[in-house]
Order: sequence, then structure tokens, then C-alpha cells
Amino acid sequence: MAVKTEPFVLNMGPVHPSTHGVFRMRATLDGEVVVDIEPVFGYLHRGIEKLAEQRTYTGVIPLTDRLDYISSMSNNLAYCLAVEKLAGIKVPERAEYIRVIMAELQRIAALLIAVGAFLNDCGAYFTPFLYMFRERERIVDLFEMASGQRLTYNYMRAGGVSQDLPEEFMPALRKFMDMMPRYMDEYDRLLMQNEILIARAKGVGILTAEQAINCSASGPVLRASGVKWDVRKADPYSIYDHFDFDVPIQQTGDCYDRYRQRVEEMRQSLRIIQQAMEQLPSGPVKAEVPHLIRPPAGEAYARLEAPKGELGFYLVSDNAIAPYRCHIRPPSLINLTALRDMVRGWKVADLIIIFGSIDITVGEIDR
Amino acid sequence: MTVSLSGKEVARKIEEQFPGSVAESSQDTLVVRADFLLDVARFLRDTEGLELDFLNFVTAVDYYDHFEVVYLLSSMKHNHSLTVKVRRYGRENPVLPSVVGLWQGADFQEREIFDLFGIRFEGHPDMKRIFLWDGFQGYPLRKDFV
Repeated sequence: MAVKTEPFVLNMGPVHPSTHGVFRMRATLDGEVVVDIEPVFGYLHRGIEKLAEQRTYTGVIPLTDRLDYISSMSNNLAYCLAVEKLAGIKVPERAEYIRVIMAELQRIAALLIAVGAFLNDCGAYFTPFLYMFRERERIVDLFEMASGQRLTYNYMRAGGVSQDLPEEFMPALRKFMDMMPRYMDEYDRLLMQNEILIARAKGVGILTAEQAINCSASGPVLRASGVKWDVRKADPYSIYDHFDFDVPIQQTGDCYDRYRQRVEEMRQSLRIIQQAMEQLPSGPVKAEVPHLIRPPAGEAYARLEAPKGELGFYLVSDNAIAPYRCHIRPPSLINLTALRDMVRGWKVADLIIIFGSIDITVGEIDR
Repeated sequence: MTVSLSGKEVARKIEEQFPGSVAESSQDTLVVRADFLLDVARFLRDTEGLELDFLNFVTAVDYYDHFEVVYLLSSMKHNHSLTVKVRRYGRENPVLPSVVGLWQGADFQEREIFDLFGIRFEGHPDMKRIFLWDGFQGYPLRKDFV
């Protein structure tokens, strides 16, 4: 006798350990198989773009900390690049080097969380996650030395950085740089050939290169699908053209590739920091910029390669002390466009890891 | 380095194909008439030598007498980019064609523009609010919303 079945709707989130914040998915299931999903956003919407219109150009920087709150340094930098482009501010060389060191440290810290959380989703409950937090802690200590904060740094300024590095920073950074490659080898031994990880992630949630480009995916998600596109190489900003580093790519675009891509990117970031450390010049860390910046009327878009992808700020100025319009291009939101196509036909357990492999922060999605 | 395509040169190519479609062009931007948006967008994506296959972002700006929707397009193959704009005059029920069929990446972003500016995109498969709840009154990123 044929059993009559019908699809049912499963609500995941907004508060669920696998949703990395307050993100909600309405999944339509046929038994255990995902027929369709609908992401539901907005649980962390604070109207940052509107708030930015009522603040001075410098006053917007603390708001950017609260976008992707696990990579605040990158957000600071992206915004400052946009203001500098709009107002034509030139940044002293030492400040550029400090910015690169901070941005790359931030990339490692954010990718550690991405990888750790992904492994959590795979079922390695909190063991690898805490290994990664051990190293992230060192980076956060470094940020605390420079900015006084451990999460929302508010460190960069249009025209440089808020203050020079303290004396104890460089020795601590050197120590971190000695340690980190060994820790990375440790992760590789523990995880890269791990049978369970391969069984769960290989071949799951494939995103093809054409699809990735059509969905405007960027960052590790795009490169794991085999597209060699990194804003640091394609459209170098700051002083990234001074450094020697590679853009790793993967072939198939499955969950395992996205995991592997992030691990390889951390190694490249270490290479960049090493070179920046060696070449760090002395000098001022902030250009002479008026307290209230009043850029000429016009518009500018500046972007950078954030840990999650292309993060950009589109600013429109009407020659006032506050931006007329401040649009943020959020990589987390746009990378999710392809999620629906990636999860169709997979089981609920795979839905969790496919979603985890995209790596989002809800603060940036909802803004 | 990503090269910014000259809006003027691209405008000349488009005018040959679709007369009357370009409202304005300058060194770095191209303003297209709304009726021609989809044709021009398809032309920009599929023409050899342009191949603007990547939509970086879509957003809108409220200039009181008109809304401006801004598209930044890039080509991964040629590493060049172009800013395309569309203007929509009048504040009551503005409508524009959706480009989701050409670049799927516009999906959530067009919903965001609808949510915060109240510009409706015709042809979008799921045109509804994205961040705010359905019963919300007004469009927060409009300049007259306080």
C-alpha cells in the first residue's frame, strides 16, 4: 500500500546553535530531504546605513565595527578607504603597513572562527573550535595592545590609524608569527585527512564557477569554486602590490574545498604579515586631516578583500560633514544568494554544514 | 588593477544598438533610461569585449526629486568595471525592471532596495520586504523618513 506523504516546513532559527547568530531558515522537507529553503533576515537590523547619514565621517567608524563584528579591522579599513578616496586623503607609509598587518591578522582571526565553527557544524563539537580560539586569543591580545579593545576596535581613521603601535606590540607579534605555522601544521594533521570530515564534506553542496559568478559570490566561497579572483591582486588597494603572496584556489567548490581554501588563505596571510613586519618603516601614522572632514560633492566606491569576500562602501557626499548616503556591500548577504541552489536535494544534516561552509556574520547581513 | 570603462565609449556602442537608451554619460558613469535597462544590461553582459558578468552591488540613492539606482558591474575575464545608473522620477510607487534574470546576485539586494526605499522591481520572483516586517509603514532610507 502506498503511503501518502506531504512536504512539511521546518523552522530553523533565529536562535539555533547552527545558525551562527540570529539567522532563520524556513526549510521545506520531504522526509529528511530538503526540497526548498527560504532564508529569513532582519533579526539584527539596526539601520546602520541610515544612522551613518546622521554622523560625521569619523563618527561612522564605530558603526562599521558592528557590521561583521568578528572582523572589525577589515570593516574599519574598507570604510576609511572610501572616505580617503572621496576626500583625496593620502596615507603615510607607516600607517599603510600597520593597516596591512592588522587586516591580515584580522583575516586569520576571522578564518579561524569560520573553520572552527564549520567543524562544529560537522559534529566535532567544540574540540577544534577551542583549539582555534587559543590562537585567536593571541591575535585579540595584539589588537588590544594597539587599540585598547578586544572586539570593536575602532582603530583606523581616514588618513591613517588612531595611534601608533605600543612598544610591546612588535615582540608579541614576532612571538605569534613563530608559533602560528606550527599550530597550522597541527590543524592539518588533525583535520585535513580526517575521515569523518571528508565523509561529511567532500562532494557536498557543490557550487560551480558559473553559478558563483552569477550569484555575485566573493571571497573564499568564489575561490573554492575555482575562480582566481582576489581583490588584493585584481584591484590592489593600500600597499598590497608591495607583497609577494599567492591566491590559492580549489577545483570542485564543495564544502571540503571551502574549508581547505580558508586554511590555505591563512598561510598566505602569514606570508604577508611576515613581509610587512620586516619592511615596517618609521614615521607618522596619521595624515593631517581636519577634525570634521568635508569631502567635495561626489561619490566613491572603495572595496577590499575581507575575510568573507568583497566588502565595499559606496559613499555619496553633498559637501557636508556627514555622508549623504553610505551603502555597504555585505559579502555575507550576497554569498547567501546561492544557498538555495546548493542545498536542494541534500539532507537536513548537510544543510547545516553547507550553510556553515559559506561562513556568515548576521551583523553584516542585517546591518 | 581594475580598469574603469569609459562611460562615454560604452554609451556610443549602446546607442548604435539601442538608439535613445542612454540618458547621460560621463567618464566614469553611464545613465540609462529605465525602459531600456534590461536590453542594455543584457548587451553589457553578453557582448564580446565587455562581458560584464559580475554584479558587484546594486543600491539606490534618494535625491528628493528622483531615485537613482546604481549598478556596479565587473568583468572577471577582462578585469574592468562600469557603473550604470537608472533614474526614476516621482516618489509615488516607483517601479523598475529587475535584473535578477541576468545576475542572480541582485536577488536579495533588490529586495533590500524595495524594503528601504520602496522601489518595486518588476520581474523579481519574490518581491517583498527583507529586513523589516511586512506591516512596517514607510521606507526608512528615503530622505523624508525621520
